[in-house]
Amino acid sequence: MSVPTADKALEVDLLETRAVGDPKRKRKSLSFDSVSTGEKVLRYVFPVVMLVVAVGPFLWQFSTSLKGPLEDIYSASLSLIPSQPTIDNYIAVWDAIPVWKYIGNSLLVAALAVGGNVVFTTMAGFAVARMKFAGKGFVIACFMGVLILPGEATIIAQFVTIKNLGLADQLLGVALPGMVGALNVLLMWNAFRIIPKEIDEAAVVDGATVWSRLKDIHLPAVRGTMAVIAIFAFIGAWDDFLWPLIVLTTPDRFTLTIGLQYLAGTFSTNQRIIAAGTMVAFIPIAILFASLQRYFFMGVEEGGVKG
Amino acid sequence: MKAHRWYAPWVLVAPALLWLFVFTIWPSLNTIRLSFTNAKPLGGNFSWVGGANFTRLLDDPQLGRALFNSLFFMVVCLPLLTLLPLLLAVLVEKPLRGIAFFRVAYYTPVIASAVVVGLIWTWLLNDRGIFNTILQSMRVISEPLPFLTERWLIILSAVAVTVWKGLGYYMIIYLAALGNIGKDLHEAASMDGANAVRRFFAVTVPGVRSTMTLIAMLICVAALRVFSEIYVLTGGTGGAGGEAMTLVMLIQRYSGGFEGNLGYAAALSIVLFLVTLVPMGAIAIYNRRQDS
Repeated sequence: MSVPTADKALEVDLLETRAVGDPKRKRKSLSFDSVSTGEKVLRYVFPVVMLVVAVGPFLWQFSTSLKGPLEDIYSASLSLIPSQPTIDNYIAVWDAIPVWKYIGNSLLVAALAVGGNVVFTTMAGFAVARMKFAGKGFVIACFMGVLILPGEATIIAQFVTIKNLGLADQLLGVALPGMVGALNVLLMWNAFRIIPKEIDEAAVVDGATVWSRLKDIHLPAVRGTMAVIAIFAFIGAWDDFLWPLIVLTTPDRFTLTIGLQYLAGTFSTNQRIIAAGTMVAFIPIAILFASLQRYFFMGVEEGGVKG
Repeated sequence: MKAHRWYAPWVLVAPALLWLFVFTIWPSLNTIRLSFTNAKPLGGNFSWVGGANFTRLLDDPQLGRALFNSLFFMVVCLPLLTLLPLLLAVLVEKPLRGIAFFRVAYYTPVIASAVVVGLIWTWLLNDRGIFNTILQSMRVISEPLPFLTERWLIILSAVAVTVWKGLGYYMIIYLAALGNIGKDLHEAASMDGANAVRRFFAVTVPGVRSTMTLIAMLICVAALRVFSEIYVLTGGTGGAGGEAMTLVMLIQRYSGGFEGNLGYAAALSIVLFLVTLVPMGAIAIYNRRQDS
């Protein structure tokens, strides 16, 4: 059952240029006349069931974090609403681990990841997409070639490098390797390639410098992809676990995820406190994502994410 | 007229290229070098040990078990994570009222840290957690199921966590691909009297085939690298006697502390790299065959 015409338009290559704005490629809905009642029910019921599945566990954890010591959290008569809501569990988390310090540490690592990725991958992506120079093919091959390396396979040697730089057990050591993502360079390359060539040529004739061409013509056109890269870099750094677990040993320097695992190990019998700890790590990223989701989904539709 | 000075592009790519060499290319070469040494994480001198780390790999019972665990995890994850997100994407594709809210909600587990997700599921799955409580009160089971202590149940629990966390991510990739399928194809199929199920298999699936192969490859490679989910679900132990440990958990175990042995960890890393090449190669061959 091959559908050759659609297939052709569809070749989803990681790096394939996409014609943004081509009306044929825009998502279009079927007219509702063709949707049967049964299908309509399915279309509403199924998403609601999935909503409960996706969000339910977070709500259950949040509810547990607000239940006091007198409330039975194990009972079979499950109640999502705490009978006597309390913030005592959160106070206990703050007493057990230096939460503000861990948040600060995580923020520092995330900020370096966002800054590094946005600035350096934009620069590199622009150069390989919009400039002619000898060795360009080699540069692109380098960034593509490393994609087959699973990060975990080089993590040991990466730790040795960080140790030799004197950055073991340092937050800078946690942040440094993640500041440039090879895939992000390729995403920026892809974003810059879509811009029509004639624009560049006209600007060169007008005597525009590289910098002014980048700033005035190209950057405004790739904002969506930059937003996606920034959001992913932040989330990736904030959520990372294995790498900081290997680099950091001093409790004072932990990031929030490592601190949270440490908290769970210490209070393994007190589910209420662990629940409060997970909410402390989750709520900031959830708020951040909820407020930026518009840009994120916009960037994705521009072709910012292809896997 | 010259577009730029000869060194301008090099200045622009220099930082990214420097990072790539220092933190990716050099470490990957250094992994091979380290695998022939007995380097320790606490520093000090190390010496060349030849192929000793590799002969040790051959009779390490932990390695075989870890490989099998990772493989089992991958085999269960693959069909679930290739098909469920596609179904989900098809259902939220049409712009019904409030569909944007649903998309964001489905994406929530993706943005949460694996540690947060792991701890949430630890609470759902432990002996006195909600799953065991409900199953017991319905008299399906008399004793709580050891989701977090028995080897295969640990891995299946980790599959549940991974699928739950990954659904939204792959859904978004499918949504982008679905947007590229011409509306006319669906209409032609409806006109021919094809129902929704029929249209799904005749239009949607062939339409997203290349995306599906890409996603299958991403899932295989990600599954072979599983770490945080099992680490957190088992409180870092990998189950009784480390029975449910995966390859990356072994690498992490040898990365530090008194047990640490960077030479052996590097040898394990090479095994990990070779293992991930298998699904990538298989899917590349499959793709080539489909294209020709």
